[in-house]
Amino acid sequence: MSILVNENTRVVVQGITGREGSFHARQMIEYGTKVVAGMTPGKGGTSFEGVPIFNTMEQAIKETGANVAIIFIPAAVAPDAVMEAADAGTPLVICITEGIPILDMVRVRRYLSGRSTRLIGPNCPGIISPGKSKVGIMPGPIHLPGKIGVVSRSGTLTYEIVDQLTSRGIGQSSCVGIGGDPIIGSSFVDILGLFEADPETEAVIMVGEIGGTAEEEAAEFIHRNMSKPVVAFVAGRTAPPGRRMGHAGAIISGGHGTAAEKIAALESCGITVVPNPAEIGATMERVLAKR
Amino acid sequence: MKVHEYQAKEIFRQFGVPVPRGGLAETPQDAARVAAEIGGPVAVKAQVHAGGRGKAGGIRLAKDSQEVERIASEMLGMKLVTHQTGPQGVVVRKLLVEEASKIERELYVGVVIDRAAEMPVMMASQAGGMDIEEVAASTPEKILKVYVDPAAGFQPFMGRRLAYGLGLDGALTRPAGELMASLYRTFLEKDCSLAEVNPLVVTADGRLLALDAKLNFDDNALYRHPEIVEMRDTAEEAPLEVEASRHSIAYIKLDGNIGCMVNGAGLAMSTMDVIKLAGGEPANFLDVGGGASSTQVSNALRILMADTQVKAVLINIFGGITRCDVVAQGILEAAKGLQIEVPVVIRLAGTRVKEGMDILASSGLPFTLATDLADGARKAVAAAQ
Repeated sequence: MSILVNENTRVVVQGITGREGSFHARQMIEYGTKVVAGMTPGKGGTSFEGVPIFNTMEQAIKETGANVAIIFIPAAVAPDAVMEAADAGTPLVICITEGIPILDMVRVRRYLSGRSTRLIGPNCPGIISPGKSKVGIMPGPIHLPGKIGVVSRSGTLTYEIVDQLTSRGIGQSSCVGIGGDPIIGSSFVDILGLFEADPETEAVIMVGEIGGTAEEEAAEFIHRNMSKPVVAFVAGRTAPPGRRMGHAGAIISGGHGTAAEKIAALESCGITVVPNPAEIGATMERVLAKR
Repeated sequence: MKVHEYQAKEIFRQFGVPVPRGGLAETPQDAARVAAEIGGPVAVKAQVHAGGRGKAGGIRLAKDSQEVERIASEMLGMKLVTHQTGPQGVVVRKLLVEEASKIERELYVGVVIDRAAEMPVMMASQAGGMDIEEVAASTPEKILKVYVDPAAGFQPFMGRRLAYGLGLDGALTRPAGELMASLYRTFLEKDCSLAEVNPLVVTADGRLLALDAKLNFDDNALYRHPEIVEMRDTAEEAPLEVEASRHSIAYIKLDGNIGCMVNGAGLAMSTMDVIKLAGGEPANFLDVGGGASSTQVSNALRILMADTQVKAVLINIFGGITRCDVVAQGILEAAKGLQIEVPVVIRLAGTRVKEGMDILASSGLPFTLATDLADGARKAVAAAQ
């Protein structure tokens, strides 16, 4: 089954003619993803390596039946791209863009509320269901189809962990990057719920970091609603307070959002938290062996 | 991004948040002149980004311009050590000379984004002039909150609710509401991450005044605020961090002796964590970003080496779309152009890792290679002893 993206996913790439958009569109096509449309205002009627380009999201969806949008548009205009995709009724929108002002995301979230669009990101690597579809920038070759769901606020840290799983022959059902920003479209709780309901997913790895309360909320959710095992890692035990650690959302504010708090919340709900990221693969192996 | 109190007050003036009369001074003579223009007793306030100035002698009162000149000459060039500066303190280069007011009450009002609510929240408290985080920890019920839905914005009833909650009745209710609306407008229109007045004072003659002003700005929004970027004071930032920002490298200097260079913020934080687990102390956080071109690797290595506390370097790169052999070439090219005098441990993983490691191993350069992150950290810790 996998979640969110699969062999039926038809992708429209917003910003397909830009440097990032064109490079990753090519990579996605190479992976086997059905990239059916591109969208760049002003370039409608042209094409990118056989993929038709449209001026508007409405047209792109109407003409091609695209059901997922991926956004490679600069931060200053990415909010507009997200809202246009939502207005066109796109069921799933994945925003890769980093650097969107937080007040813009406050407004985007408000705009999305009550609409049927699910947003993943921004500032995320996207989603891959190995062997079925890659809608993102992650390296396809390190992934392996299988039964572990991965949900993470990071990019390369996620690849690191996936690499450990794949090299142990432990495949992944879907890997979802929810992004490193403080205000994002989908939280850990949203994705964990999908993994719990997915018949193909047997266990989940959750990768968190300092800042905010998403891990604490996830701990509560896992405790109440999940039957499948969750292995967690929280980055940033050594992060100093008050500093933005790369990701806009990775900041300990007013003493809150520390890794220690998050780890305590997860452990108090009976969730295995791995202290050393190099041991996540081995830990999942042990957890699966026990079942 | 942070700015000084005097700059925050300039912005407050533009938005109609009442602030005391005052002026910036960078010499004792300037300070005396500003004091003379104001007339009467003044406060001489060190302009540094760090908080906790008052307790550290960074805010002093003076009754006339002669006293101001003497105080200013003592304060300018002094090293101010507060609980936020670290033991090395910070040098005072600028002073704000401001009319002193007779204070009857000290309150707190501030605006931040509440991540869980996904919208701005204005907080107010009768515990002004104190560390708001301490108040939040010990007596959270003393903090009033109003969430501001972006669809409607800050409505007058919100200002009234906070004003009544603060005991600002009668003639003070309206000006309090206006001040709060102006504060919110500042937060919104300048893309702040924090807009704080602590203390907000009620003077003896019944006026409201922002006695202190703190504005922090969303770094992601600076592209649309050149007027804020102009206010940046790089003298208040660690020199290596300023250098790194010029190359779009995310870098934060810490206290340890193992420099790390990583691609990706989450992986960089994890690398610091693993170094600590292996018994070492990271010297920094550094995210060299996607691509890891030889130029970026050069810049990053140069910055790491410039930290004289660094005794060993750990490079941890996960090659995803960027292949490990390309990364390895980048590291070699960078190493050729630099004088590397500390042990360098390199750990590559991901696409074409074998090719990348071979390139490094056969380079003839004295790198130590590691395949596992834990192993890399152990080697780096050992090399730093």
